[in-house]
Amino acid sequence: MKKLFAIIFSVIGLVSMLPNIALAAGQKAPPLVVVAYTKGLSGLSLWWANLYNDNMLLFTILTGCVTPVAGILIGFVADYLLSLTGIDLTKRELAEH
Amino acid sequence: MEWLYLHMPISGVDLFWPGLVILGLGVGILGGFYGMGGAWMITPGLNILGFPMAFAIGTDIAHMAGKSIVSTIRHAKFGNVDYPLGIAMMLGTMIGFEVGAQIVMFLERIGKVDLYLRIIYLILLAFIFATVLLDYAKLKKKEKLAKEKGEQLDKLASGVTWYKTLHKIKIPPVMNFKEAQIRVSIWLPMIVGFATGVIAGLLGIGGGLIRMPALIYLVGCPTHVAVGTDLFEVMISGLYGTFTYTWKGRTELLAVFVMLIGAGIGAQFGAVATKYFKGIIIRVLFGSAVCIAALSIGQKLIARMYDLKWLDDVSTVTILGGLSILMVIIVVKAVIGMRQEVKMKKMGQA
Repeated sequence: MKKLFAIIFSVIGLVSMLPNIALAAGQKAPPLVVVAYTKGLSGLSLWWANLYNDNMLLFTILTGCVTPVAGILIGFVADYLLSLTGIDLTKRELAEH
Repeated sequence: MEWLYLHMPISGVDLFWPGLVILGLGVGILGGFYGMGGAWMITPGLNILGFPMAFAIGTDIAHMAGKSIVSTIRHAKFGNVDYPLGIAMMLGTMIGFEVGAQIVMFLERIGKVDLYLRIIYLILLAFIFATVLLDYAKLKKKEKLAKEKGEQLDKLASGVTWYKTLHKIKIPPVMNFKEAQIRVSIWLPMIVGFATGVIAGLLGIGGGLIRMPALIYLVGCPTHVAVGTDLFEVMISGLYGTFTYTWKGRTELLAVFVMLIGAGIGAQFGAVATKYFKGIIIRVLFGSAVCIAALSIGQKLIARMYDLKWLDDVSTVTILGGLSILMVIIVVKAVIGMRQEVKMKKMGQA
């Protein structure tokens, strides 16, 4: 448990220090003002587009939190589907360089 | 056929959602297998699907964060993630990346930087590909010699052993990295991380493409552990990137979700697939992916230099076609391995 906490705190520390490393998938983004066009939208889509236009901070926090959660949930589903095949998902036999 | 198109609330475009799922699945498998984020694979695919480029990078990074969590968890269960090693490397990478980005800003004043950087990228990819080939040839030679002597080659033997020389440098503190099965000065992964960070910063890439072979050939990580540890780094940087790019208004969450459906399953499958491949085969397949990337970049470079639109299209076909072939190879081999494992299990129970 101690090790886990050490890892978690180290990771949090690193994330807070991270520079532009993650922005590396492309060239630096020039400043851009995009306004979501809400006409014709309704329900959740409308709320989401309005949030984008009105409260970028909340929009960012929600996106940043929902994405990993979605990843984990889909991971669990995929894990379950793979376990149905009957293969061992706990260890790897091959140990080579 | 309207149901095949999904309206994106932020960018306002209608996207062919099965295309996003398939793209996510493909990149998920390759990313989980090679230990990379794979932004260089996704961008041409998104381009074809007509995804607005203003949102491509942010959406790509957010989906990368989600899928690398899936594959990191899976690799960790197999004992493929060395967290202390990943953290040590990341420290170096962060500083290196900033240095690389500063160098680019300095070089931009000279002009024509883009062309030079693409050429450097090409040389680097060619070097990685050559290293993988050399590694394979040397390992085969060692195997042959051992066979002639009637011996069996050590399972941890590898062709290219530059890391053995680097392991002799014992500048304190020297650390034991359990999963990677190495005992080295902590400065080694940090300096290697720094070097790969500088290159990644210079080239404007995530760096998984360089870090994975660097972990194997310079740090001395077994291939499977290199894949898992690299994904751990991708996960951290992806999470950070999700926040920063979204803050700039560049993320289309609905597209992230749709891509994640494919990518999450693909990443899980790709990570599990490593179980059925020897380290050297993973390295050879990785080398093939690098070769395809180099070929595509080379074509793009020539297309831009001589304004050849058709060659630009050919480069997209090269990268997507080549990677699809590699994906099929991985899937087929993994399915055969899975079937064999289940068969053996049943035979053991009988």
